[in-house]
Amino acid sequence: MTGSQQSAVQFRNVSYRLPSGHEILRDLSLQACSGEILILLGRSGSGKTTALKLVNRLREHSSGEVLVNGRSTRDWDIIQLRRHIGYAIQEVGLFPHFTIARNIGLIPELEEWPKETIDARVGELLNLVGLDGDIGSRYPHQLSGGQRQRVGVARALAADPPILLMDEPFGALDPLTRADLQREFLSLQQKLKKTVVFVTHDLHEALLLGSQIALLEEGKLVSCNTPGEFVASSEPLVKKYVEAFAADDVLKRGRA
Amino acid sequence: MNFWSFVSQNRFEIASLTAEHLWMVGIATLLAIALGVPLGILITRRPALRKPVIALANIIQTVPSLALFGFLLPAPWIGERAGRLAILALMLYSLLPMIRNTYAGIAGVDRSIIEAARGMGLTDWQLLFKIELPLAASVILAGIRVSVVISIGLATIAAAIGAGGLGELIFRGLAMVNNAVILAGAIPAAIMALLADFLIGWLEKRFAPPREA
Repeated sequence: MTGSQQSAVQFRNVSYRLPSGHEILRDLSLQACSGEILILLGRSGSGKTTALKLVNRLREHSSGEVLVNGRSTRDWDIIQLRRHIGYAIQEVGLFPHFTIARNIGLIPELEEWPKETIDARVGELLNLVGLDGDIGSRYPHQLSGGQRQRVGVARALAADPPILLMDEPFGALDPLTRADLQREFLSLQQKLKKTVVFVTHDLHEALLLGSQIALLEEGKLVSCNTPGEFVASSEPLVKKYVEAFAADDVLKRGRA
Repeated sequence: MNFWSFVSQNRFEIASLTAEHLWMVGIATLLAIALGVPLGILITRRPALRKPVIALANIIQTVPSLALFGFLLPAPWIGERAGRLAILALMLYSLLPMIRNTYAGIAGVDRSIIEAARGMGLTDWQLLFKIELPLAASVILAGIRVSVVISIGLATIAAAIGAGGLGELIFRGLAMVNNAVILAGAIPAAIMALLADFLIGWLEKRFAPPREA
């Protein structure tokens, strides 16, 4: 716990090794405070997605402790833990044999909410993520990539979990749709005040959305900063990221 | 004696042999589903069992059918009635496609869908019944289709051990060197196989998960 803010997700000296002994995460200590967006930034293979999956125990950490609401994830009932945490991923993982409405309403359905409550909730969520209510009767394959991604976010929010895990949720989209969704997500977050752990390899996305940016490299935490601190940091690897981002000359090339 | 006059004179016997045939194949298929699908599910959960289970089903499949009928004769209770024995043999032959297709159908479900479902907090049973089995249904039905078509053909041999069915006419025709009698057994069996193929194929399409064009 830091100051008045309560930590909703906390990593304490967490390591994760494969059965082969290969170390994916080493001695990771990090926390996401209630209501903030913690970005896990890093290149492929840095361990950021693995770190995310430790939170809802899709992977089990080898040592250290992962705390959700101050309680070790090992002490949670695993199903309760996961239903307490919304989960949205890049490939969306929408169920192709369910309509959009059923995809969004699945967890409420399993929690045995009354049907009218579920229908109302699905309508509310579709509206919240900027989709037409009549899209509910369609199937995932009938939607565009951007629409599917919105449904993915709506589904993660369905049972109103206080914590959201998002693994490059906007990764597979074209740049324009992506920018739209990032903007909308940010204004949504200002309303909902969820605790979000957000994985991305895109610095632009990290700077735009993050309250804190944790940079991971080869399973280790390099730094954890606010976006402002991140841009000004003198840490060599952070500087490399920022420079690579700033030195993006493609536009200049177009003008020449 | 020509074919049509034989058929019209013996239509009641042909109908009852057809029903008997259908009964044998139907019961054998239901039993094979009841045993094979859970076994297929089991080997998706316990990977170490996969090879031995598939290997066993494979071995059964390689035993020549007439020999299998013969092997089972001394079995208690089963061996007392030719019908029971035929059903058991047909079930054993149907196991491999049931197990293999159930396994392949579930293993073929997109990893990201499974992870999303787990991450959302579905229990293992909910994952199985709401996600995996519905998405694997068309592959499992394809296995059922193959095994039913094979069983309808194989069941004609069951007449050799006195289990009845359309094979009776075929064996009788062979003994009498009478093609009309052989055909009176063979044609209904062939039609039955075609119909089963068509019907289960239709179900297979109905249960196929909606896909991107």
